Amino acid sequence: MNLNVLQFKTDSERLTHDLGHRDRIQSALNKYYVARDDKKARFQDWQAARQAAAETKWDAVNHLDKYLVEFAEKIEARGTKVHWASTAEQARQIILGIVKEKNARRIIKSKVMTGEEIHLNDALEKAGFSVVESDLGEYIVQLRHEAPYHFVFPAMHLSRGEISDLFEKELGTAQTDSAEELTMIARRVMRDQYLAADIGISGANFAVAETGMISITENEGNARLTCALPKVHIALMGIEKVLPRFEDLTLFLPMLGTAGAGQAVTCYNSMYAGPRQRGENDGPEEMHVILLDNKRTHLLADIEQRDALHCIRCGACLNVCPIYKNVGGHTYGTTYQGPIGSVITPHLRGIQEWKHLSSASTLCGACTEACPVKINLHHHLLHNRRNAVAQKPVWWEKIAFELTAILFNNPLIYRLAAWGGRFGQLFHPLIKGSLLDPARAWTKTRDLPDVAPQTFKEYWRARQK
Amino acid sequence: MKVTLFVPCFVDMCYPGVGVSIVEILERLGHEVECPEEVACCGQPAFNSGYWDEARKVAIPVLERLKNAEVLVIASGSCGAMLKVFYPELFANTPHSDDAIALAEKTYEFADFLVTKLGNPDLGARFPARVTFHDGCHGLRELGKKKEPRQLLSQVRDLELIEMGEAETCCGFGGTFSAKFPMISTAMGEVKCASAIETGADYIISNDSSCLMHMQGLLSRQGEPIRTLHIAEVLNSRA
Repeated sequence: MNLNVLQFKTDSERLTHDLGHRDRIQSALNKYYVARDDKKARFQDWQAARQAAAETKWDAVNHLDKYLVEFAEKIEARGTKVHWASTAEQARQIILGIVKEKNARRIIKSKVMTGEEIHLNDALEKAGFSVVESDLGEYIVQLRHEAPYHFVFPAMHLSRGEISDLFEKELGTAQTDSAEELTMIARRVMRDQYLAADIGISGANFAVAETGMISITENEGNARLTCALPKVHIALMGIEKVLPRFEDLTLFLPMLGTAGAGQAVTCYNSMYAGPRQRGENDGPEEMHVILLDNKRTHLLADIEQRDALHCIRCGACLNVCPIYKNVGGHTYGTTYQGPIGSVITPHLRGIQEWKHLSSASTLCGACTEACPVKINLHHHLLHNRRNAVAQKPVWWEKIAFELTAILFNNPLIYRLAAWGGRFGQLFHPLIKGSLLDPARAWTKTRDLPDVAPQTFKEYWRARQK
Repeated sequence: MKVTLFVPCFVDMCYPGVGVSIVEILERLGHEVECPEEVACCGQPAFNSGYWDEARKVAIPVLERLKNAEVLVIASGSCGAMLKVFYPELFANTPHSDDAIALAEKTYEFADFLVTKLGNPDLGARFPARVTFHDGCHGLRELGKKKEPRQLLSQVRDLELIEMGEAETCCGFGGTFSAKFPMISTAMGEVKCASAIETGADYIISNDSSCLMHMQGLLSRQGEPIRTLHIAEVLNSRA
């Protein structure tokens, strides 16, 4: 068993027993469901909107060669420097290069999942730079030295009490149970950081090819300040974020707000089209956009699963996933948690190392139903399982399925199996749930049904006589 | 009409009453029923585990035996989805592709068959109990059947259907998943069962015995009085 599997199994075992965790996540998400359904109902036709969004993303993802170049040319025309990074290492080096060239000391970041993906904070801190997260949830998990629990709601696993304790310990502030006061504490810390920072690093929710802009969706206003106040703005984004036309945002901004947070649109949606232009009196002096591949082109090459690049990182699939709700975000051990993470991580980081995430699913399909851009998520989990086996089958599983094929294809052996089952279950109570029980994985928590005194086939044969 | 009935392996062995009820209902409606002896399993366990070559070894004889059926009825939403949705994918670009597509078109899950093909006939069923309905994920999302089983239950005399909050939430079975990740599976089952119990119903009804097996396994272990029952047995009940 590789370490990722061991960690997943250990953590999921721990969290499935933590009923407090289960209740906390469920009650947070129950509020989300109500808000999401309310906002979905404001769409004239949610299903038609999903279809339109999927088609737009299909166009974008299947013509990245055209749209990325168009985007880069348009945004460079206004003085932005565009960098193309094939790997995480290249992206880190580009960013470190800019930071060093500017003699920067302090860096402020708004929420950027690609930053988590390339372990940017680690790299910056190792090189001696201080980095502060300006998104409240990200700031909280940064203070706790842990990864985001959810790629939209990084601190959703924590109660107000835990956050208050954390602030008291790390910032020396007084205890409070008020969400507003906790937000104000973070805001006071943040204001100084914006003014002191030499460089602001952001992500991008969308990049518009037609106009050469990036679009950032947020609720706290922290991304605006991160992008606008420091002298240099660096935006790090995956290559799949590009949209063909400006008007596409009229669909995608409300869709992201609705699916992601149950909001008609989020509080702030801002477009960034370049550094401060001549005659303008605010904005950064320099702007850099880093287009990150980091194996996205491997996913692009897989025709069957290419639609996973449609993802707008709304998190809707996590919010409805019964696995996610029971094991929590950290258990995955990945940058992107939940169904979309289980689909793409094997492509980004190795199928043999991460195939267990595709197995850890009942294939219930709630994710696919929720996905606003119609990614065939649960079928892709099935495809990952198939691809992993085709590359390297597990020998005993292969033998087991070969044997069951013999069983099911031979009526006589199948009849014997029914008799064997009836015989075996006479003795099963002696070992039920113990280490000797071959069905222990099931019987530890659940009863097994008995083989009936007369199977259906036996009934049918008796009737034919 | 001549109906070919496929009673999947675990229903055959552990829940024969489901198959018997389907036979009795269909015969009462005047249809001829055949149940091929050779057909035992659809191949879903191997398929879902990624072993598609091994799945085909099980599925090819099923396909060969059933391809000439006039209409195929399956006593499980999950196995129904396997034949209707996944066989065409499993056999894509193989010599069996056309047969798989043709079979998929004439395959029906039992509850769907009664409503879609037979027009929801009154079966004269009476079941004096309060019940809640569990939507099996395959029946609901692969086959897209939500209202059909409820339409059937609405005709049952003295039956009161109380919907649970988590009706569409997975019960946590997931085939081999339940053994590979038993604690996640159990936690999901607990959430599901708690929602069913909350309705105060006497029975959890579904058109998928595999989900019912999982929920019943948990409920029995925890000593909960609520029972699980396949919809065919409810519809065949004349008490």
